[in-house]
Amino acid sequence: MRHRQPGARPARAGGRRVIEDGRPIFVQIAEQIESSILDRSVAEEEQVPSTNELAAFHRINPATAAKGINQLVADGILYKKRGIGMFVAAGARARIQDRRREHFARLYVDPLLVEARKLGFGNEEIKLMIDRYGEA
Amino acid sequence: MASAVTFHDVSKRFGRFTALDRVGLTVEENTICGLLGRNGAGKTTAMQILTGQITASSGQVHVFGADPYENEELLTRVCFVTESQRYPDGYRVRHVLRAASWLYPNWDGDYVGSLLEDFGLPLNCPVKKLSRGMRSWLGVVVGLAARAPLTVFDEPYLGLDAVARQLFYDRLLADYVAHPRTVLLSTHLIDEVSDLVEQVVLLDSGQVLIDEAADTLRRRAVTVTGSAAAVEEFTRGHVRLHSEQVGSLARVTVEALGEAEHAGARALGLNLESVSLQQLMVRTTARRATPASAVGADATTKETR
Repeated sequence: MRHRQPGARPARAGGRRVIEDGRPIFVQIAEQIESSILDRSVAEEEQVPSTNELAAFHRINPATAAKGINQLVADGILYKKRGIGMFVAAGARARIQDRRREHFARLYVDPLLVEARKLGFGNEEIKLMIDRYGEA
Repeated sequence: MASAVTFHDVSKRFGRFTALDRVGLTVEENTICGLLGRNGAGKTTAMQILTGQITASSGQVHVFGADPYENEELLTRVCFVTESQRYPDGYRVRHVLRAASWLYPNWDGDYVGSLLEDFGLPLNCPVKKLSRGMRSWLGVVVGLAARAPLTVFDEPYLGLDAVARQLFYDRLLADYVAHPRTVLLSTHLIDEVSDLVEQVVLLDSGQVLIDEAADTLRRRAVTVTGSAAAVEEFTRGHVRLHSEQVGSLARVTVEALGEAEHAGARALGLNLESVSLQQLMVRTTARRATPASAVGADATTKETR
């Protein structure tokens, strides 16, 4: 899994956690697991870390970690094998991909355009820039 | 879920001073609860009452369903680690540990060994000769190894540096996972424990100001930073907890926003930051900052009521 490094955990600026924008920790735990499924560092039908392992790694209350895991179970991303642990469900990757695609424009294109307007870039210029990046 | 600790309408008066003022609170079994508040807020008084060291002036206190005062059977299930712990003269580290091993039925001697090693605590050293930090760690060792169903830490970190405190949090979390129990932890170092605790209770002038799940609190406020016009437009209609402005840059702390609003803020080029538990506490309690004389007068009126 692509976790934050343990050493990077207390990375806080002025008492604020750097990676967090006010969303609950359990949501972030769920998203991290989703990301690791998405980038194929965890395959479908493979086991994911237990609640207690996640709690120890992220230094969070186990109940918080459990909440993140349970959300993924409710979403059909993970399923429980009794007495063994939590596993990635078949088709989980496609489901995550679909959901994240829906949010892509809002999360990435909107802020890109806001900054581009400030800098005086038109849509054509941005398209050109993207094309050029594709070639590189 | 059963509750480990309940306070119902609990007050404690010391002469004319009201240390706790009609406090009501519940700590569920097998959770970690952070008891926060400024100096003199009543944290230690509350802990002394629930560990049976003093009695409440009025109200009902229950620990695992029973009154803790002079309840010997119950108190073997409660471990209270306080920063001002006193030990008999001539006591060495091993004496403290032996006494604790008799007191607590779940005492784990093997675990003690590894905890002592963590800090290089010498068994034969007289407690009096220990440094402030080592004495604190001795308290931590007793608190963790006792594995008491209710473990109460009253600011256990005095004299511990950042590394040692992290070690304490790590050991606490690992042992809590392996041996679930109820932990009540009072602290000033709010942000250090904010991910560790499940419930946050904030006391101020003897009253409960906040009693909420840590996750809920984290979402309670957001700081929006950006151009003053955009911030103004965006935060209109929200409860503003705090605002500041420099030139055309504004920063406003507002009460919780939804997912959609988060996205909207980003589209406006605004920057969103979570408000740390510590800042939320400062914002919440600073407003109530009153000079000591006013507090005294307040206490008198309450008594004559």
